[in-house]
Amino acid sequence: MENEVKAPAGAVCAESGEERIPAVRMEGISKRFGHKTANENVSLEIYHGEILSLLGENGSGKTTLMNMLSGIYFPDAGSVYVDGKLVHIRSPKDAFDLHIGMIHQHFKLVDLLTAAENVILGMKGKRLLDLKSVRRRITEICERYGFEVDPDKKVYDMSVSEKQTLEIIKVLYRGADILILDEPTAVLTPQETRRLFGVMRNMKQDGKSIVIITHKLHEVMEISDRVAVLRKGEYIGSLLTKDTDPQQLTDMMVGHRVSLNIERPEPENLRKCLEVEHLTVIDSEGVTKLNDVSFTANGGEILGIAGVAGSGQKELLEVIAGLQNAQNGSSVIYTDMEGRTSSLLGLTPMEIKKLGVALAFVPEDRLGMGLVGDLDITDNMLIRTYMEGHGMFVDFKKPRHLAEEIVRELQVVTPGIDTPIRKLSGGNVQKVLVGREISGHPSLLMSAYAVRGLDINTSFMIYRLMNEQKKRGAAVIFVGEDLDVLLELCDRIMVLCAGQVSGIVDGRTATKEQVGLMMTSLGAGAAGAEEKEGAK
Amino acid sequence: MIHISKRVDFEIFRGKAAWLNRYVGWAVRLIAVLLSLIVSGILIYSITKMNPVRVYATMVKGAFGSTRKIWAWLRDLVLLLLIAVGLAPAFKMRFWNIGAEGQVLAGGIATAACMIYLGSANIPTPLFLILMAAASMLAGAVWGVIPAIFKAKWNTNETLFTLMMNYIAIQLTSFFIPRWEHPKGSNTVGIINAGTQAGWFPKIAGSQYLLNVIIVAVITVAMYFYLCRSKHGYEIAVVGQSENTARYAAMNVKKVIVRTMTLSGAICGLGGFLAVAGADHTISTTTAGGRGFIAIIVAWLAKFNTLTMILISALLVFLQKGAVAIASEFSLSNDVSDIITGIILFFILGSEFFINYKIGFSKSSGKEA
Repeated sequence: MENEVKAPAGAVCAESGEERIPAVRMEGISKRFGHKTANENVSLEIYHGEILSLLGENGSGKTTLMNMLSGIYFPDAGSVYVDGKLVHIRSPKDAFDLHIGMIHQHFKLVDLLTAAENVILGMKGKRLLDLKSVRRRITEICERYGFEVDPDKKVYDMSVSEKQTLEIIKVLYRGADILILDEPTAVLTPQETRRLFGVMRNMKQDGKSIVIITHKLHEVMEISDRVAVLRKGEYIGSLLTKDTDPQQLTDMMVGHRVSLNIERPEPENLRKCLEVEHLTVIDSEGVTKLNDVSFTANGGEILGIAGVAGSGQKELLEVIAGLQNAQNGSSVIYTDMEGRTSSLLGLTPMEIKKLGVALAFVPEDRLGMGLVGDLDITDNMLIRTYMEGHGMFVDFKKPRHLAEEIVRELQVVTPGIDTPIRKLSGGNVQKVLVGREISGHPSLLMSAYAVRGLDINTSFMIYRLMNEQKKRGAAVIFVGEDLDVLLELCDRIMVLCAGQVSGIVDGRTATKEQVGLMMTSLGAGAAGAEEKEGAK
Repeated sequence: MIHISKRVDFEIFRGKAAWLNRYVGWAVRLIAVLLSLIVSGILIYSITKMNPVRVYATMVKGAFGSTRKIWAWLRDLVLLLLIAVGLAPAFKMRFWNIGAEGQVLAGGIATAACMIYLGSANIPTPLFLILMAAASMLAGAVWGVIPAIFKAKWNTNETLFTLMMNYIAIQLTSFFIPRWEHPKGSNTVGIINAGTQAGWFPKIAGSQYLLNVIIVAVITVAMYFYLCRSKHGYEIAVVGQSENTARYAAMNVKKVIVRTMTLSGAICGLGGFLAVAGADHTISTTTAGGRGFIAIIVAWLAKFNTLTMILISALLVFLQKGAVAIASEFSLSNDVSDIITGIILFFILGSEFFINYKIGFSKSSGKEA
């Protein structure tokens, strides 16, 4: 593999037949955080008018590298050349002056301001604010590249995809010629992704250089001209997209051969575990988060839940876990292994636990709900079990054993079980969380975005663990965002759209387009699916 | 190029830190104290033209010059320590209790009331002490739990609330002073039960303040285990880090907040008992004397580890006493002692930055050309 990774960047130059000066050249860039090396001696070129995919697993240093280009970090060593000239980018302002703009994964917008106000925020202007010309320029940019944004819309009224569009416009407004997009599709539906890719192609036509940070291979293949691969902070190589394939890229990314197929054992011994009927949730601001949701989760199968972010997935899981209240008329009935039923609605987590319901919950917000970042691994084990044992003092022996077991079994990379969990990488944090949750032998396992931000190996480990629970007879509810994964892993998929059930489809027969459509419009394409449900 | 990186490696429940960090921390603090002494030395010299070494000798003599002075140091140390220990659970829960001053005063009022109204009832001393301790803790607990209930129920801001409770306690003291005035017309409470010494801490092994030290030592150690080993301590740590996680862990967040603040207030109230029955034998609006605020510094510097608080309160009280000694020995105004204390605190607090962050210098800049 070592020889194939040495694909020279000159390959691109050869195409045009002349030596082109790259828009950006990074040479020997290194960056360390404490003892951790984020980037080591990375060299990378970005050319005018190309879309470059920066591919790598989480924690491989993609974002850090690009943050050094956009002025968030300053490299410890190495140099950056823009249009052949040595530059020192010490702040985002320096980056903008060099026409480099970055669209971060977490939007940096002020909710209370309008689109236009957000665009000019932080820019030097004349004494009087001329919002009219700002609006005109925004409209110009929109027309030029095919965006749709209302300059007077408040950010809090915007959908995730609109916010992202606004971030891109913000960068273009400042005159960026080199755009860096950090995992832009993570929050988008397939349809929105397609629209974004269209815009990206328009920008490329206009001569802009675009870097897209991603770990999704099919996107790399679809959108980019060239791929640069990072692994563990080091530059592995770059290839022309047309000369490569997903398997080769995966191998470069991971460093060894991996199989890309998710296992899906046939469900056995199905038994009713959780029956949700007419579930309606209205939050404290009076917004309806879930509207008349009904479904059944069976022990022995994985029920996937698909939907655009914020379609009620979080509320659904939290109601079942006893963390949120539901409206009258809702019902959540749990059936245990012996067939006894009990209603979970209106119970606190403590009462659910006392009922003997072995409920495991891997929440979306790992460090904000499932774990405590400032506690070490042992103490994080206690979250579920600290009340066990007599007396007022905590028994540390069992959690310590459990921590050791999880670190060993799930290959958690950590200096020790005494390390505050905040110090671990995202994948290892998730291993600890999932490990703890399944250690209680759950009969119902709920997980929200369990593989978000995880590398391929860890993701596959999580799929394997989910499958193990399924085979054990647990009902697994898997809220996911990557439709490819949902369609490969789940037995059935419930699609949520704006808090309502758009339909429940068979994971083995449904297509990505079908699910994508159901995510955005209620009931679309679900008619056939529901019949299938009924036939079962 | 200078770059700053975070150094902390701190576990919030059991309070463990990597041993290396711990030594670095103490070394940095030591350097900070030395630097602060040098800076105050320069200041003293520029004002008085006196030899700073002599000035510091005065400081040490002022604090430790005699057995009586050492006991006074211990008395003030344990009072400050007790209040800091009382604040520890609240702060660990990220409940910004800046109302220790008021909680101490509330406890003090309760103690003084017991001494004045029951002083002539001939209650056996141990029983009387227990009664006063209970009364002071109850008063302090009430002062602490009111903001907690409001926080738990309506999510009010505890910082403002506890601060305002201080003023209520001060005004309440002012209200009682004319009623308990002695002698008449002095507008002070005077020494309570000066003749009978009813309700005063008894001398143990000839030492007037040994009981103070014993009480505080026991509570300090108990609080250490409560915070770092008990189920309640775990709940406090988790609620402090994230209420969502606490709810997820099936904890009753409201109950934990109210319970913890009851405890915090009660211990601070006990501080009032120590101040009134165990030290001053009187009460005034300055009985707490700003200790409720200095204790915040102690609690934070010790990262809520009550054992570390012993060292920090020892240092702070020494510095305070030394500064007062300098001011009186060299007939400088009292403000000078405040200035010196201020300089020292500035350095100690500033040193926390260097304890929490590592500053590195990169050598790469030369290579770029």
